[in-house]
Amino acid sequence: MPAVSKGDGMRGLAVFISDIRNCKSKEAEIKRINKELANIRSKFKGDKALDGYSKKKYVCKLLFIFLLGHDIDFGHMEAVNLLSSNKYTEKQIGYLFISVLVNSNSELIRLINNAIKNDLSSRNPTFMCLALHCIANVGSREMAEAFASEIPRILVAGDTMDSVKQSAALCLLRLYKTSPDLVLMGEWTSRVVHLLNDQHMGVVTAAISLITCLSQKNPDEFKTCVSLAVSRLSRIVSSASTDLQDYTYYFVPAPWLSCKLLRLLQCYPPPEDGAVKGRLVECLETILNKAQEPPKSKKVQHSNAKNAILFEAISLIIHYDSEPNLLVRACNQLGQFLQHRETNLRYLALESMCTLASSEFSHEAVKTHIETVINALKTERDVSVRQRAADLLYAMCDRSNAKQIVAEMLSYLETADYSIREEMVLKVAILAEKYAVDYSWYVDTILNLIRIAGDYVSEEVWYRVIQIVINRDDVQGYAAKTVFEALQAPACHENMVKVGGYILGEFGNLIAGDPRSSPLVQFNLLHSKFHLCSVPTRALLLSAYIKFINLFPETKATIQEVLRCDSQIRNSDVELQQRAVEYLKLSSIASTDVLATVLEEMPPFPERESSILAKLKKKKGPGAVSVTELEDSKRESGELNGAGERGPDPSVMAASNASTPSPSADLLGIRSAAPVSNAPASAGSLLVDVFSEAGPAASSGAVNDDGFLRFVCKNNGVLFENQLLQIGIKSEYRQNLGRMYLFYGNKTSVQFASFTTTVSCPGELQSHILGIVEPLVEGGAQIQQVLNIECLTDFSDAPLLNIKFRYGGALQNLTLKLPVTINKFFQPTEMASQDFFQRWKQLSQPQQEAQKIFKANHSMDTEVIKAKLLGLGMALLDNVDPNPENYVCAGVIQTKSQQVGCLLRLEPNAQAQMYRLTLRCSKDSVSKRLCELLAQQF
Amino acid sequence: VQYFLLGKLRLQKWFVPTSDRERKKVIRDMIMLVLPRQPRTCNFLRWKDLKIVYKRYASLYFCAGLEEQDNELLALEVLHRYVELLDKYFGNVCELDIIFNFEKAYFILDEFLMGGEVLETSKFAVNVSMEQADTLQEACTSLPRSLWCV
Repeated sequence: MPAVSKGDGMRGLAVFISDIRNCKSKEAEIKRINKELANIRSKFKGDKALDGYSKKKYVCKLLFIFLLGHDIDFGHMEAVNLLSSNKYTEKQIGYLFISVLVNSNSELIRLINNAIKNDLSSRNPTFMCLALHCIANVGSREMAEAFASEIPRILVAGDTMDSVKQSAALCLLRLYKTSPDLVLMGEWTSRVVHLLNDQHMGVVTAAISLITCLSQKNPDEFKTCVSLAVSRLSRIVSSASTDLQDYTYYFVPAPWLSCKLLRLLQCYPPPEDGAVKGRLVECLETILNKAQEPPKSKKVQHSNAKNAILFEAISLIIHYDSEPNLLVRACNQLGQFLQHRETNLRYLALESMCTLASSEFSHEAVKTHIETVINALKTERDVSVRQRAADLLYAMCDRSNAKQIVAEMLSYLETADYSIREEMVLKVAILAEKYAVDYSWYVDTILNLIRIAGDYVSEEVWYRVIQIVINRDDVQGYAAKTVFEALQAPACHENMVKVGGYILGEFGNLIAGDPRSSPLVQFNLLHSKFHLCSVPTRALLLSAYIKFINLFPETKATIQEVLRCDSQIRNSDVELQQRAVEYLKLSSIASTDVLATVLEEMPPFPERESSILAKLKKKKGPGAVSVTELEDSKRESGELNGAGERGPDPSVMAASNASTPSPSADLLGIRSAAPVSNAPASAGSLLVDVFSEAGPAASSGAVNDDGFLRFVCKNNGVLFENQLLQIGIKSEYRQNLGRMYLFYGNKTSVQFASFTTTVSCPGELQSHILGIVEPLVEGGAQIQQVLNIECLTDFSDAPLLNIKFRYGGALQNLTLKLPVTINKFFQPTEMASQDFFQRWKQLSQPQQEAQKIFKANHSMDTEVIKAKLLGLGMALLDNVDPNPENYVCAGVIQTKSQQVGCLLRLEPNAQAQMYRLTLRCSKDSVSKRLCELLAQQF
Repeated sequence: VQYFLLGKLRLQKWFVPTSDRERKKVIRDMIMLVLPRQPRTCNFLRWKDLKIVYKRYASLYFCAGLEEQDNELLALEVLHRYVELLDKYFGNVCELDIIFNFEKAYFILDEFLMGGEVLETSKFAVNVSMEQADTLQEACTSLPRSLWCV
C-alpha cells in the first residue's frame, strides 16, 4: 500500500481502496464492493453505537464506492449525524457526502438544513464556510428557500470574517442562478457594490462574480459599480508586478480579478462621465502596450495570464464598438497573434476576430488579414483551429472578397475533415447566394459544391438553387447549359442528377436549339443515370420526362416507351409505379393544350426564409459529436400521448372572438385585396375532394404540442415522432388560405389498422381534408393527406389533429396541435423609414401594443435572427431603425373578414443576452398573440 | 490496459444542475473528444454550445466546460492553479495521491472554486485553510485522472 495518506489517515479506507485497485476483473471488484457494503450495513445496523471515527470511515467508503459508479442507497442518516459532530474532519466528510449524494427525502432535508443553520450561526468561520459550501454545492430550490434571506445578511455584516464573506458571495450567486425569485434585492445590494473597494483581494474576486451576475439582470440598480470597477482596474493595471504579493500570478498582477473587472464592464455601455471614461481608455491602452513588452518570465503561465487579460480587454473594446483607435489596435494585436507560434493564441485570435469583423470600424482592418486566415485554413494541423479559420472567413466575407473566399472554401472542402464538411457546405451556399452579383457564378458555385462534396449537400441546398433558378429568368438558360455539361461526367453525384433532372425538365428547351444538346440528347443523358439512382431521384426524373413530353413533342414516343416498359409500369415501388402509370396515361389521353396547362413551368417560389440558413442555425456547436445529436433527436421525440396539455381554453377563445375589429384596417396603406372565396381546390383535379367537415373536437385529453412552437417561423419539417409513428408536414400559404400536406409514416414493420384522422378547428379557421386516408397503413409505409385551411378572422387557438389507429390490437389515440399560427397569413409590406414611424405613431393606443422582454434562448447571430423574421412572413425593413442592431418588420395579416396591419420591432442586447420585442397591430388580440408566439422563438 | 486507464475518471464536479444521464453522456463525449487529440494541438475545443478547455499533466487530463463568455486562457490557468494547489498540499502530487485522498482533492477544489467561480486565487490562502483543517482533524485517503465541468 502506498504511503500517501496525509493528515490523520483512515487506514481501513486506504486498505479498501488498494484492495479495489488490486482487483483483476470487474467481477472481482463488484464482489469486493458487495462484501464491503454488507459489512458497512451490518455496522450501521448493529447494536453497538459507532464512534465518530468509524462513522466517518464508513461514510467515506460509501462515497468512494459511489464515485466508482455504483449506486448507494443507505448511509445518508449516518452522514447527517456527522454534520453535528464538533470534530472538523467528521463534519467535513458528512458535508461532502451530502453534497455528492443529495437525497430528496424531506425528513433528511429538514435535518440537513438544521445542521447548516447551526453551523451558520456558530460564529466559527471554518464551520460557516463548510455550511456555505454545502449550500452552494447542492444549490437546490429547497436550500434557496431556507437560506436565501440569511446569506445576504452574513455577506454584508460588519463582523464577518473575510473568508466567510468570500464563500457567502459565491454561495449567494449560486442560489441566485438557480432561484432568482427567492433572492430579494434590498438594502444589502448597495453594500455589495462597495465590496469592490474591499481591501482584501480575495473578497473582491469573489464579490465581483456576484455583482456581474446581478448587474446583468438589474443594470440600473448596480450602475455605480462602473466607476468603482474602473478605479480598481486602474490600480491593478498600474501596479508593479510584485505589489499584490500572493495575488500576483507568475508576475502578472491579479489576472483573475482583472478579467472579472473587464467582464463586469461589458455589462454596461461606455461610461458617460468623461473622467471615468478617460481613465478606462488609459487602462485599455496600458494593457495593449504591455502586450508589446518583453515577457517577465518564459513560463507559459505568465503569457497565458497576461494574454487572458488582453483578450478580455479586446472583448470590452469590441463591446463598446465606439473607439476606432482602440478597435484598430485590437485588430492589429490579433493580427500578430494569428502568426504566433502558440496554437492556443492563434485559435483565440481567429475566434476574437470573428466578432471584430462585424464592427463597421474594424471590418476593413480584419479583411487585411485574409491571406493569413486562408493560409491557416490550409496549413493548421489542428482541426479545431481550421474550424475557427473557416468561421472567420465566413464572418469577414463581403461583396469585395466573396469570390476569393468562396473559391478558397471550395478548394478546402476537397480535403476538409468529415466532421465539418456539412457546415462548410452550408456556409459556402449561403455566401454564394448572399453575395452573388451575377447568378451564373452562384449556379457554378453550387454545382461545384455538389461535385466536390455531394454527400454533404443537404436537400435544403439543392432545393435553394432550384428556387433561385426558377425565380430568376436571367439565369435559367445558363443553368440549363451548365447542368447539361456537368451531367456529362461519367460518374456524377446523385444530387447533381436531381438538380439536372429538375432544371432540364423546366428549362431544357432553352438549350435545345444546339444540336449537341437536342431534346433527345438531353433525355438520353438523364436516362443514362436513371438506373443508378435511388427511388426519390427516379421519381423526380419521371416527372422531368413528362415535362419533356410537353416541352418537346418529338420525344413523346421514346419516353412513352420508357414509361411503358415493365421496370417502370410494374415497378415494385408504389410511388414509381404510380407515376409511370399516370404519366403514361396523361401523355396519351390529354390534348396538347391540357398537357401544356398541367405541365406548365413552375411558378416563382414565394421569397421566404432561406432554408439553408435555418439549417445552419440548427447545427448547433460546430464539431458536435454526431452520435450525441442522434440521441438528442431520439429523446426529443415524445412518447405517445406523453405530454400533458389541456385542450383549447374556451375563455381565451371567447375573448378573442369578442374583441372588436379595429377600424384602421387600411393602416398600412395597402389597398384591400379582393375578397377570396372559399378554398379553391386547385389540386382537386388529381385528388378526390372528399369534404369532411371538421367533427366535434376530439378530446383525447392530452394534446401534444411539442412540435408546435418549432413551426412558427418555418413551414416544413417533422411535427411529431415516437417509436411507432412519424408525422411530417409541408405547408404553404397565400393570402388568407393555406394548404398543409401531412405525411404519416409507419415506423414499425406491422400494419396500423383503423387509421383515422380528424381535424378540429377553432371557429376562426375553417379546414377541409382533401383525400381519404386509407384505413390500413402498412409497416414502413408513408401516407399523405392534404388539408386546406381558410382563415376567417384572427385567432389564437391552433387546430387540433386527432389520430386513432390500432397497433397490435391496442388502440392508439393521439392529439396534436397543428402549427397553424396567425403569422402564416402575413403578406410582407415594404416601406420607407418615414412611413414606418408615422404608422408606428398612429398605433399608439396602449392596447395596440404588446411588449415582452426575454432572455435569448438561441444564438443571437444576425443571420439567424433575420432568417427567423423572414420565416415569420413579414418584410424585414433595412435602414429604418436608427440603431442598426435592431430589426423592424412590417406586414399585413390577411383574414377573410379583414386585414390587420402589424409592425414589429426587435431590439437585441447581445451583452445581456436579452431581447425586447414590441408589436403594434391594428387589432389588439393580434399584437398579444404574435408577441406570445414570437417571444419563444429567439 | 492503457486504454482502460485513460478513460478512468478520478474526480468530477458539476456546477450546474445536470442529470445522471447527461453527466454520463458528457463524460463519454469528453473522453472521445479529448483523449485522441495529438500533443501540442490547441487546448480548446467547441462542444455543443460550450467551450472545452483541457490540459494534460502526466497521465491525467484536466478538463473544464466553459460558457460562452468565459475566458479560455484563464480557465487553463485555473486548471494549472488547481494542480499547483494539489502539489503544494501533497508535495509532488501524483495520480495515487488523488486516488487515495480523493476527499482531500474535493476539499481543495472547494477551497478554490465555488459554484464554478474562482473563490480564492491566492495559493497561500487556500493552503492556510487546508492546513487549519488538518490541525483540526484526524483523517484521510487518495485519488486519479480528473475531469470536472464548470
